[in-house]
Amino acid sequence: MEPQLSWYLALSAILFTIGVTGVIIKRNIIAMFMCIELMLNAVNLTFVAFASFFQDVTGQLFVFIVMTVAAAEAAVGLGIIIAIFRNRETLDVDEASILKL
Amino acid sequence: MENNLLSLIIFAPLAGAAINWLIGRRVRDERFIGIVACGSVAISAIVAFYLAFMSGGALRSETPVFDHIWTWLHVGNLRADFGLAMDRLSGTYALFITFVGFLIHVFAVGYMHGEEGFYRFFAFLNLFMFSMLTLVLGDNFVLMFVGWEGVGLCSYLLIGYYFDKKEAGDAAKKAFITNRIGDWGFVLGIMLTFFVTGSVSFFANPAAGEVTQTALSFFKNAPVDPFTAGAIFAGGATSIAVLLFIGAAGKSAQIPLYVWLPDAMAGPTPVSALIHAATMVTAGVYMIVRCSAIFVHAPTAMFIVAVIGAATALFAATIGLAQNDIKKVLAYSTISQLGYMFLACGVGAFVAAIFHVITHAFFKALLFLGSGSVIHGMHHEQDMRRMGGLKKYMPITWITMMTGWLAISGVPIFAGFFSKDEILWKTWSAPAFSLPSGFSKFLWFIAALTAFLTAVYMTRMMVMTFWGGERFRETHESKHQEPDHHHGPVTPHESPWLMTLPLIVLAVLSTVGGFIGVPYAMSSFFTHKDVNVLEHTLEPAVASIPVATHGEPAAAVPSEGAHERAFVPIEEVAHATHSSEEISAERWLALVSVLIGFAGIGLGWVIFQKRPLTQMPRILENKYYVDEVYDAALIHPIEGASREGLWKMFDIGVIDGILHGLGDAVTELGRLARYLQAGFVRGYAAIILVGALILIGLFAWMGYPK
Repeated sequence: MEPQLSWYLALSAILFTIGVTGVIIKRNIIAMFMCIELMLNAVNLTFVAFASFFQDVTGQLFVFIVMTVAAAEAAVGLGIIIAIFRNRETLDVDEASILKL
Repeated sequence: MENNLLSLIIFAPLAGAAINWLIGRRVRDERFIGIVACGSVAISAIVAFYLAFMSGGALRSETPVFDHIWTWLHVGNLRADFGLAMDRLSGTYALFITFVGFLIHVFAVGYMHGEEGFYRFFAFLNLFMFSMLTLVLGDNFVLMFVGWEGVGLCSYLLIGYYFDKKEAGDAAKKAFITNRIGDWGFVLGIMLTFFVTGSVSFFANPAAGEVTQTALSFFKNAPVDPFTAGAIFAGGATSIAVLLFIGAAGKSAQIPLYVWLPDAMAGPTPVSALIHAATMVTAGVYMIVRCSAIFVHAPTAMFIVAVIGAATALFAATIGLAQNDIKKVLAYSTISQLGYMFLACGVGAFVAAIFHVITHAFFKALLFLGSGSVIHGMHHEQDMRRMGGLKKYMPITWITMMTGWLAISGVPIFAGFFSKDEILWKTWSAPAFSLPSGFSKFLWFIAALTAFLTAVYMTRMMVMTFWGGERFRETHESKHQEPDHHHGPVTPHESPWLMTLPLIVLAVLSTVGGFIGVPYAMSSFFTHKDVNVLEHTLEPAVASIPVATHGEPAAAVPSEGAHERAFVPIEEVAHATHSSEEISAERWLALVSVLIGFAGIGLGWVIFQKRPLTQMPRILENKYYVDEVYDAALIHPIEGASREGLWKMFDIGVIDGILHGLGDAVTELGRLARYLQAGFVRGYAAIILVGALILIGLFAWMGYPK
């Protein structure tokens, strides 16, 4: 059976939902970070699927951009995480809340 | 006639000012600065004389000399050029301004010797000459106003020349602000003139092109306003004339705007002589005579001018009686003489007013420079109570000032006699045009009383200064205790030749200067020719009061009409206009005024020769408390309202209140907005999710916008 576009989209939606849920329910910053990456890659999957389906290379180009941004984001994000850990001795995001009233 | 030399008259002093300001301040060489300053004014004077008297010059031909420099404003109907015009009136003015100005510049080189701001003084003085000549030679109201403001600025700068002294700074501000009140009237007058006539030009200048009807020629065929108080507010010639007179009253120190002039004596004495006696303060007279075509259509305005002039003359003369500062005496004397000029304008004797302006420029400049020489010789002592007996020490100053004294007192053959007598006679014989019947005799009485007081206070000044015991030594003894007094023993000395030379020239002019305008009643003793040169020169340039023939409405003769008038030989004019009864009446009146003058001198001599320090009435010494009344009635309320109302209530309350209120409101809003931020990262993520779901839901429910 030929793989359908809808299959990819469904997988992508599942991955994205897992990512969102993870970001919301996880307290560990690293876990949240990984969930964000998961969401990004879910979107990437959609892009590739559509690019293949419509025979349009633009979607694949977008994936490269997203991956580049994700790499940069990972570098910055991990830097921030290390800084927070050095400061707080914890990775619990609920502890990093000195901005609130 | 177009002649580009005319612009040299105004630009030479401007160049002098620029050179002294830019180069003189670095060179700091008094010789260089003095030569630049005097030389530039000398160029003006030479050019002015050349343009006035050359063949077909301004004073000899019927058409003015024009110099259209550039078109300055041309908006709709309004056309104001930067253009100069020298007609018989402005030419006469330019002659005595440049000539007297030159003498005073020379005097000032000697007087200001060793001053720190030597270059600054002469830069300002040259700038003043530029402004004054622009005022006089400008061929339209707007350019005249430029000069008008320029002289006001220079007056401010020069009164405040000693800016480290508080009284000089205050006096400068007072002069400037008082003049603003007058300028308000002048500006409105110009606007109303434009509104009524559609032009601001004085002359139909061929070079300027399409100007056909000028602000003055408009009135040629206009009806004369009625002689009622209502005409002032009717928006016609009377309204224009009254507004212009407000301007003139500010610049020429008439009641109620005269208060700045006595204080202006805080400036250096050459400034007092040039600006506050000879030239700038007569700008108001010039403006009224220039606009005589408007004034002869406004009997109410002329009535106001005459009454204010007479009142000022008498009022200032009485104050002058009791002043002890030699310059204050001369200041009040100037106000009084300016009152005379306005009285002459008010009764329609415009030529007599100009005549008095000229002779006054000679003898008052002389008196001021003489007082400057005295002050210089006395090491900056101005109080006459500490002078006395100076004739031994300063013979040249004494003799030259004597001619000024005799001239202002109205002693025959001296310049002041002819001009003052002319005004007295014209007042006595004024037509009923602008005066209630019999009022001219009353005005004459006031003017004659003023002449008497003038003779008295001038005699007092001369006696206190030059005759009697030498009081400067005793004052030195008593002053010795004062720690702030650094002078050595005061021994008066005669001034250097740079200062005495102008005095001598002016003394000669004060003596013989009146012969340019000898009235027919006097000259007919000797010759049948009418030798009143000045009158025949100026007559075509000014308008005259319309002569009402029985039943017919009066029609004014404006100045522009003169151009079409055929040339009439002088003798014929003389016989045509002088009836024998008038001549004998004029002679009797002249005799009366001579007697009045001598009586004044005699009375002053008797009183003050014996007791030079006679205590004068305190109310006079305190100038009728006018300054105090102005302080209490105007300045304090304005200051109070400004401080309490405008500053503390409006500025701090309203303006600052609005700004601080805005700031506080934003701070408060921000404080509230802080509660939106819970501080939990997962909370934010949830909010983003909810927002995204809402957006997706919206798209799903409503469809995509195509």
